[in-house]
Order: sequence, then C-alpha cells, then structure tokens
Amino acid sequence: MGARVVVLDYGFGNVRSATRALERVGAEVTLTADRTAAQDADGLVVPGVGAFGACIAGLRKVRGHEVIGRRIAGGRPVLGICVGMQILFDAGVEHGERAEGMGEWAGTVERLDAPVVPHMGWAPVEVPEGSRLFAGVENERFYFVHSYAAQNFTQGHDSFADPRFRPPLVTWAHAGTPIRGTRFVAAVEDGPLAATQFHPEKSGDAGARLLENWVRTLG
Amino acid sequence: MSVAIRVIPCLDVDAGRVVKGVNFQNLRDAGDPVELAARYDAEGADELTFLDVSASSAGRDTTVEVVRRTAEQVFVPLTVGGGVRSADDVDRLLRAGADKVGVNTAAIARPELIAEIAQRFGSQVLVLSVDARRVSGGTTTPSGYEVTTHGGRTGTGIDAVEWAEKAAALGAGEILLNSMDADGTANGFDLEMLADVRARVTVPLIASGGAGRPEDFVTAAEAGADAVLAASVFHFGTLTIPQVKQEMREAGLEVR
Repeated sequence: MGARVVVLDYGFGNVRSATRALERVGAEVTLTADRTAAQDADGLVVPGVGAFGACIAGLRKVRGHEVIGRRIAGGRPVLGICVGMQILFDAGVEHGERAEGMGEWAGTVERLDAPVVPHMGWAPVEVPEGSRLFAGVENERFYFVHSYAAQNFTQGHDSFADPRFRPPLVTWAHAGTPIRGTRFVAAVEDGPLAATQFHPEKSGDAGARLLENWVRTLG
Repeated sequence: MSVAIRVIPCLDVDAGRVVKGVNFQNLRDAGDPVELAARYDAEGADELTFLDVSASSAGRDTTVEVVRRTAEQVFVPLTVGGGVRSADDVDRLLRAGADKVGVNTAAIARPELIAEIAQRFGSQVLVLSVDARRVSGGTTTPSGYEVTTHGGRTGTGIDAVEWAEKAAALGAGEILLNSMDADGTANGFDLEMLADVRARVTVPLIASGGAGRPEDFVTAAEAGADAVLAASVFHFGTLTIPQVKQEMREAGLEVR
C-alpha cells in the first residue's frame, strides 16, 4: 500500500492533474474536502489555481485552513502547489486588493515585475543545499504559470531558536531576465510544510520525481 | 537562465479523432490523439494543443472525453481550443483536465467573454487565438493586419494588433498569433507581424503558421515569440521536436 494522500478539493485547483500525478508515483489518492479525511491522511496536497482572494475564501469555506493549521502543528506533511503555496504567506495583493493569507510565512504575494507576465513555461530553479524535495532534480526545469509570487522570504520565525527546528529551505527562480526581471520564491521546505510555486503535476518526469520525493517522506 | 522558449505541437481533433494525416511509425493508432499526445510528450514537447474542429456538439462531447484520457497519461500542459463559446464551456474543459483553453471567434463576436473567463478562472487559463492576415483589396487597418474568421476565408476588418492588445487588457493570459498568409506554406512564420504584436503586448506570445525548417523556430523566437506552435511539420515527420530544440540551443536560445 502506498502512502495515503488527500488532494483537497475546495473548488480551486487542477485537482485531476494533481491526483493523477500523485497516483503515478505510487500514492493512494483521495480527492475530497472532507475534514476528517484531510486530517487523517499521511499527506495533504493543497492545489490552487486562479485568484489569491478567491482561493483563500474557498479554502476557509471548507475550513481547510483549520485542517492545514492543525496538521502543521502536529508535524503532519502538507504540500501546497501554486496558489496553494501563495496562501501560506501573510497576504496577497491582486488588482490593488489585499487578502489575508494563512501567515505561516512572513511576506506578501505581489505582481511580478517582468517584461512578459504571466510568467509561463519551463524555468530553472536555484535549489539550496540539503533539499530533500529536489533530490535528483536540482538541475531540471519546472513548469510555471503565474502572475504573482512571494518576492522575499523572511527567515525570522521564533522557533528557529529551538535547535529541534531547522530554518526553512528556500528555492528561488527568476521571471524575465537577470537584468530585467524579478527573483521570487519557487519552493519552500519548512518541516512538515512544503510548497511549490510551479506545477510539479505538469512538469513531466522532473515533476514526478519531486512528487515522489515528497510521497516518500510520508510515513 | 530564464524561462525556455516552448515548442508546442498542435493536433486538429474531429469527434475524438486526429484529422490531417499523421505519418508516425510505430503507432498503434495514428488517429488517436491520446497516443499522439503521449508520443510528443516523450519527444520533449513543452506543451500540447488540441484544436477541436468538430462541427457538432456530439463531436465536441467526444473531444472532452479525449481530453480526459489525455490528462490521465500526459504530464505536460494541455491547451484545448475550438468551439469555446462560454465560461461554462471553459469549465467543462478544465474539469476534464485541460490546463488552458483557447478562445477565438466567440470572443470576436463578444469581447466581454474574455473578461468573464479571466475573472472566473484566472488569466492564466485563457489563450486568445488570433487568425490574422495582411490586409488586401479595399480593406485597411492601422497595423496592416486584420483578424479573420472561418479559417482565414472571412475578413473582419478588425485590426489584429489592436485586437491582441485589447484582449490582453481584458484578461487574456496569452496570445496565439496564427498567420493565415504563412499557414501551410512551410516558408517560415510572419516575423514582421510577430514583432509588431510583440511590441504592443506583454503577455506571452505564441507564433503559429508557416513552420518549415528548424531555423524558422529560431527566427520566430528572435522576433519576440515566447512559444512556437506547429502541426504538419511534426505530424509528417519533416521535423522532430529534438531537432528543432537542438537548432534553437545552437542559436543561443534557452530550451528545455
């Protein structure tokens, strides 16, 4: 039996692709918004497509934010994808409207400043030393499609003083060129919480390997 | 290092079957879009596009089923266009597993459709397809290009560059610019038209129509295309995706 994974079905994700990609790497996947199932699964995937404000509102409607919060507190793995990653930050600003996120990480998700937006296509990533998520695919490209991103990451959480906690590992990417473009957070690995701005479920074999790496961490 | 120039094969699908000949060896069923999609994925296609040319709603239902089966097996982005008239049509294709949806004629008739789709699903799902040609006869437009319908047979008098710009402002996340003059010639993309549209829109731009040689993909990217789409050169085996990417790599372009 593979690891039991719930893909949270709250109306704002390409849930079918995420489900299939996880099944491909051996997970036993359930697509549901049921809180008990999401709470009890070995791993929880939070996809997200569309606007930040609409996604966080949709998540709150099914009380997904509570499930995510409880899982993190209990050290149980959660993987956010695309807007499912963005909503983990303090807030998002789209079209001048600010929406509160879950505040797991400091920082605001804002519009990319690059010659061509949306940032769409296969881009390389800068993976930090010690990443488990990117093991074996550090030099691969992944598929991005987004107009907004977290462009800073503040390593300032109180719990870092506790030696049991390692600081988050942040993977970066660029939209545009090094001369005219924006550096943004492409992925974060923070204890039980992992997230990617790109779509591993649409990133071919490299994405499958990354999902496999994550599924393997699930007990 | 930044985002790679995407190479996108396009399959015309009629009632769930690939139309126009496909000349691949070792295919069980050369008319099955799912098998072809998987083949192109394996060859390194960065995305795939299905253009549904079905004339009937029953035919379009079959295409939705094909999209569903493709999404089960193919793990690169899939765009589906053809016959999309409403946000509900978009919803149906996205639920079946499409990542992006192409809109063309319905948006010309009713540009608000672009905003409706973008507001409901986000700009990133919406590819505006523009079938454009150089104006001739009595027609004039400011850019010298006009939007056409009915496979290029009918001119609309709408300026193609202005339309692309307006569509992007309304919420189209990407523009697929298809040159009806170059389409089928295998003499290269309409580079001037690409450059003229590139100068006016900041959303990603896909070049389409006219691919014949590997170097055509290079010049299209140099003219400002973020992605390059082709159909028959790939289907007939005139060019392969690795061959095109090798040419682009040697020209100093970033490819996956």
